[in-house]
Amino acid sequence: MIKINLKLFVTLSKYLPEDSECFEVSENTSVEKLISDLGIEDGSVKLIFVNGKKQDGKYLLKNSDRLGLFPPVGGG
Amino acid sequence: MGTLEFKERYDRNFNTLSHEEQKKLKNSRVAVIGLGGLGGCVCEMMARVGVGSLTLIDGDSFEASNLNRQLLSEENLMGVPKAKAAKKRVNAINSQVSADCFIEYLDESNMYEQIKNVDLAVDCLDTIDSRFILQDAAKKASIPVVAGAIAGMTGQVTTIFPGDMGYKLIYGEKREKESKGVETITGNIVCCVFFVASLQSSEVLKILLDRKDILRNKLLITELWSNTFEIVDLT
Repeated sequence: MIKINLKLFVTLSKYLPEDSECFEVSENTSVEKLISDLGIEDGSVKLIFVNGKKQDGKYLLKNSDRLGLFPPVGGG
Repeated sequence: MGTLEFKERYDRNFNTLSHEEQKKLKNSRVAVIGLGGLGGCVCEMMARVGVGSLTLIDGDSFEASNLNRQLLSEENLMGVPKAKAAKKRVNAINSQVSADCFIEYLDESNMYEQIKNVDLAVDCLDTIDSRFILQDAAKKASIPVVAGAIAGMTGQVTTIFPGDMGYKLIYGEKREKESKGVETITGNIVCCVFFVASLQSSEVLKILLDRKDILRNKLLITELWSNTFEIVDLT
């Protein structure tokens, strides 16, 4: 198992697990698998970023990664 | 503006801005597209800092639900067009700024016409599809766009130059049915509105003055409950 720092923004925050700053996942779990495992609705994540860089759902998580999931934000 | 008045009015801008930079702002033309929460604040800052020419566009009028966050809204302005109130505000703050207001909604048919003669457009719109239309029009006009968007206590800012992938990197492919974001659920809190408008305004200054650290191909994300502030590399 590896530990990642998980941050879910705005409406996604309701899916935030306990210990999100030190969240355990299996090594080489893809971001899309994690999204699905957390029960996050399909299509509600618009932007995935890992360690400050945009990634897609195929990205395989590594120990100490900082993962952020962001929904569509469009208000003015 | 006379030299003396120029020096007095902008005295506290110096020497964070040089006199040459202040003159450059005076000769700059900025369009503020959307005059709700973000746009009203951006207007105020453009006028105070001394951007010489402002084009202010919004087809909407004030209603009671704007009062929680929109700087230009007042109880006695219900039903008044936002563009008209914005021009009045700019004129009251800085008579040396030329402000043109347009009470109209922008779409593919008129967006380019409204921005073709400015140096920069500030995206303060409230739908995702209209943001894509602005990006396309700005590409045609060869000008940058400084974009802000908000939902609840979360906000984002980026700068898009002509030819950049821009919104596609943030929202994916344009889809009409997803025209609104999660702000329809969260609403918008005034602290976040003013904060994101400030980030947009400083980004405008940096671009107009050829300074560094522009948010090009980067998305600044902020979440105020947790004091999160992150710049994401979009490339």
